[in-house]
Amino acid sequence: MISFKHVSKSYTGTEKAVNDVNFEVEQGEIVIFLGPSGCGKTTLLRMVNRLETITEGSILINDQDIGELNEIELRRKIGYVIQSNGLFPNMNIEENVTIVPDLLGWDKKKKHNRYKELMQLIGLDPMEYRKRFPNELSGGQQQRIGVIRALAADPPVMLMDEPFGALDPLIREKIQDEFLQIQREVKKTILFVSHDIDEAIKMADKIVLMRDGEIMQYGTPSDILIHPKNEYVSQFIGRDRAIKHLSLRTIAQLQEEIGLVDIDQSIVDSKQVNVHENLKDTLAMLLNQEADQVIVHDDNDEVQGAITIDRVQRYLHLEMRQKPAQAREKEKVIE
Amino acid sequence: MNEYLEYLRINASYIWGLTVQHIELVGIAIIIAIIIGVSIGIYLTTNEDLAETVLAAASVLLTIPSIALFGIMIPFFSLINQGIGFVPALVALVLYSQLPIIRNTYSAIKNVNPAFIDAANGVGMKRRQRLVRVEIPNALPVIMAGIRTAVVLNIGIGVIAAFIGAGGLGTLIVQGITRTDMYSIVTGSIVVSLLAIIADTVLLLIQKRLTPKGIEN
Repeated sequence: MISFKHVSKSYTGTEKAVNDVNFEVEQGEIVIFLGPSGCGKTTLLRMVNRLETITEGSILINDQDIGELNEIELRRKIGYVIQSNGLFPNMNIEENVTIVPDLLGWDKKKKHNRYKELMQLIGLDPMEYRKRFPNELSGGQQQRIGVIRALAADPPVMLMDEPFGALDPLIREKIQDEFLQIQREVKKTILFVSHDIDEAIKMADKIVLMRDGEIMQYGTPSDILIHPKNEYVSQFIGRDRAIKHLSLRTIAQLQEEIGLVDIDQSIVDSKQVNVHENLKDTLAMLLNQEADQVIVHDDNDEVQGAITIDRVQRYLHLEMRQKPAQAREKEKVIE
Repeated sequence: MNEYLEYLRINASYIWGLTVQHIELVGIAIIIAIIIGVSIGIYLTTNEDLAETVLAAASVLLTIPSIALFGIMIPFFSLINQGIGFVPALVALVLYSQLPIIRNTYSAIKNVNPAFIDAANGVGMKRRQRLVRVEIPNALPVIMAGIRTAVVLNIGIGVIAAFIGAGGLGTLIVQGITRTDMYSIVTGSIVVSLLAIIADTVLLLIQKRLTPKGIEN
């Protein structure tokens, strides 16, 4: 668990880059620091491994104040991934991946085994790449190597500073998926800086939305999309927040809440969709008018029913109006 | 032409002896200059305030006419009975090499991509580890370029050493001038030029070998 307690950062003569930040991160969560450039998100991230000094307040990892730890040892226990060029060009891939184990004094065999393990994690042939250098790899491959380098000494905490920001959109999505897959296995506590709202919605368990060094809202992506706390937040996440929210929900969830419609057997022109498809893509498909009817089936290819724009709209109404209203009612009763 | 070849034949061992003397002088001077210059260059990257002063001082050193610098050495080294000869020549050459070596070392390390420095700090390298594992390897081509400049410079300036009795190929030129012996002057000049070209080529090969494979273009 990581706690930020009244954390502030000021450079001499300027206003605060980070101003009285308070929040807690649970173990195994991905928390994304989101905001425009200059909002202090990177500074906040870099304070965790003390690449930036903390002016006021403290950051605790598992109740241990990081200010009291030796900074070199602290950094070796925290994985660190940066946007681009973070690999050392003078070292080959194996040396790059095993740099932290090497600094920690692991023996050769242990390092090599760890290298092989990590390369398999991202589906690259360890032997083919070990003697190659970063400049011989594509941008996407370099970034994946950067990620496994951070994982090498199995640190409980990872810091990632716009790790996928320099990649083109197609590769970025692929690597995001791959990373989520890895995270499901390794369950690290991850602090992640991004300026991309879609990336944050996709990757984050929680989002820290920042402006001018202050937290505007801290919550789950769904929470922020449904209840933006203030004008700034709702502006930042955009007018299409309902549509964005649909990307967090699947047809299966809709089916559970309000059910699907019956299939009209007389319609010939129909398309199939899996029940685990997210609602944003489903809606896009419906809007594209690709067929007269969209039939939902489950993983065993059993037909569940049909989905329509009207269903999606009903579901949104439930999620964004009825449920919040019910929640408010409940709060009143408790009061 | 035949006459010149005859000159070379008669003087071959004399010329060879002077060449070896020249190489010794320049070679030892360069080794000392590298040790001092690279160390100072690296140190300056940790001390910005001093860096400007030292680089300016090294620049001034290089503007002193070489013959004057050799002359200045004489009274100082007379104090330890080394007024003329090898020692003052060596010191003058070491001083002359400092600017290219210090400046290149300093700016090469300063110009290492900040992302690598950030990554090095981020993975928990100590100052020294960062220097040895990241900064120097990535700065090496530029540091070597400085050393090459210094070597070529020294082979040329080493000629002046003959004036203060340190021998070397300058002897051929000095004698040639006083005796209006064209063959002697030409021979001295050609051998100095060849030496510079060979040294630069050899150092370039060394530089390519030392440069980590991943930062070759």
